[in-house]
Amino acid sequence: MTAIVLQAINGLSLAALLFLLASGFTVTFGLMRVVNMAYGVYYLLGGYIGLTVMRATGSFELAMLVGGCAIVVLGFFVDRFLIRPIGSNHLAQVLLTVGVAFFVGEVCLAIWGGDSLKIQLPSYLRGSVELPGGIYYPKLRLALIGFGVFAALSLWLLYHKTQIGAVVRAGVDDREMVTAMGINIDLLFVLVSALASFLAGVAGVVGGAFLTLNPGAEWDILVLALVVVIVGGLGSLEGAVLGSIVVGLLDAYGRWLAPDFSYFVLFGPMAILLLFRPTGIFGKEH
Amino acid sequence: MAASESLLEVSDIHTYYGDSYVLHGLSLSLTPGKIVVILGRNGMGKTTLVRSIAGLTPPRRGEVKFEGQLLSGRTPYGIAQEGIAIVPQGRRIFKSLTVRENLMLPTSQLAKSGKRAPRAGKEWNLKAVLHEFPQLADRIGNLGSALSGGEQQMLAIGRALMANPSTILMDEPSEGLAPRLVQQVQEILVRLRSEGHAILLVEQNLGLALAVADEIYVISSGRFVFHGTSEELSRNTEVLDNHLGVAKGH
Repeated sequence: MTAIVLQAINGLSLAALLFLLASGFTVTFGLMRVVNMAYGVYYLLGGYIGLTVMRATGSFELAMLVGGCAIVVLGFFVDRFLIRPIGSNHLAQVLLTVGVAFFVGEVCLAIWGGDSLKIQLPSYLRGSVELPGGIYYPKLRLALIGFGVFAALSLWLLYHKTQIGAVVRAGVDDREMVTAMGINIDLLFVLVSALASFLAGVAGVVGGAFLTLNPGAEWDILVLALVVVIVGGLGSLEGAVLGSIVVGLLDAYGRWLAPDFSYFVLFGPMAILLLFRPTGIFGKEH
Repeated sequence: MAASESLLEVSDIHTYYGDSYVLHGLSLSLTPGKIVVILGRNGMGKTTLVRSIAGLTPPRRGEVKFEGQLLSGRTPYGIAQEGIAIVPQGRRIFKSLTVRENLMLPTSQLAKSGKRAPRAGKEWNLKAVLHEFPQLADRIGNLGSALSGGEQQMLAIGRALMANPSTILMDEPSEGLAPRLVQQVQEILVRLRSEGHAILLVEQNLGLALAVADEIYVISSGRFVFHGTSEELSRNTEVLDNHLGVAKGH
């Protein structure tokens, strides 16, 4: 029983991390119709920059802030000067952003090397806490779940209870009509892209403490984030929440119960879901 | 009509969808307090004309001027911010937004029009729009997807008014509506005209068009084949028969 609960919490902590990355990815795609495969490397670079800041200052909060902001700058240049000029061709977007991911990945390798690195935790996140039932569990993972819930609630409020959120949802519904209403869609794209990039960078810093930073980590996390947005439905924030939880739990239980088939446990249900609901659980036809 | 009185001046525009040549040199002008109607069968270029003016499908040749300023090269949102609102064909309300959110969208900080003074007639705000369309007031918290066709049409018109435009492009607002609601649309059009709005109305409903039009253009295969008043069109059996499919004595 204890193991089942532990795996559930493990799954939820991974879900929280995935949500940070997938929420930006899914909203960006829903609004801008841009398939940005560089989000994985945004995560990795954000994590490495956070690692450097953490080593220099000892401040985990500053590491998250700087890691997130650095990716906002990178994301702006990638969107403005690389993705926008190629237009709405999704295949070109995929190839281009995969190229960006390889390029930035190589730069990371040159700067931070090929070893697995871990961001040192601040003292208040080290150690374990005792949960009901006598279960001892790492503080970091619980904090990560709390942070994920906080991020999800904040994004939900922004998305559903503010005018800018209504504009984003309207853009996901019918982007052309949003522009015809006099909404500066270019500025909206910049704002949404900045938020998504920030979340990816922050996810990298959190992931650098929770998992490890190493060459290839960008693809591992990207694949999981893609499963989240496909299962949840492209463009849906609620889908990102549900997709993250499903993927987090499947990954945790799959690795525990059937480690040799853990990828099948993850991708099998996704394939079956797509057979019956090609747009994902909350996705809509565009 | 002198060009200087025109709010919107469309001059010899040629519009394409890819290689498909849709509009073949159309020209017209809109003045404040007038309704200009574009009549024509399906696929003749009516909606393309609206899209060309709104910047959604920019013409390759010719020019569109608004308040004397060239709109060529402007973004659709830039054109809308100048004071041109659109009530699109099929309503295209935002279905995952509530009625209130749909109406408030043009007043967003991302739309300059929300900060502007009204350009024609009274100032439209949420209260004024809900007073004009009381059926929307009852559904203010409902999602757009939950509205009937008639309610969606009222929402589309109300949403356009919230931008306080001087010019409104309406693409088949009577499409799919019950006669009672068509009558309501007609009353709204007449009221907006009396308040000084310039209206370009694209229609297939001949009765509505004849009832409200100050000028009528009939479009066929991307060209205007008639320009005149309602009375002149009523007497022109050739145009009615050949281009609108209406038997004599409609």
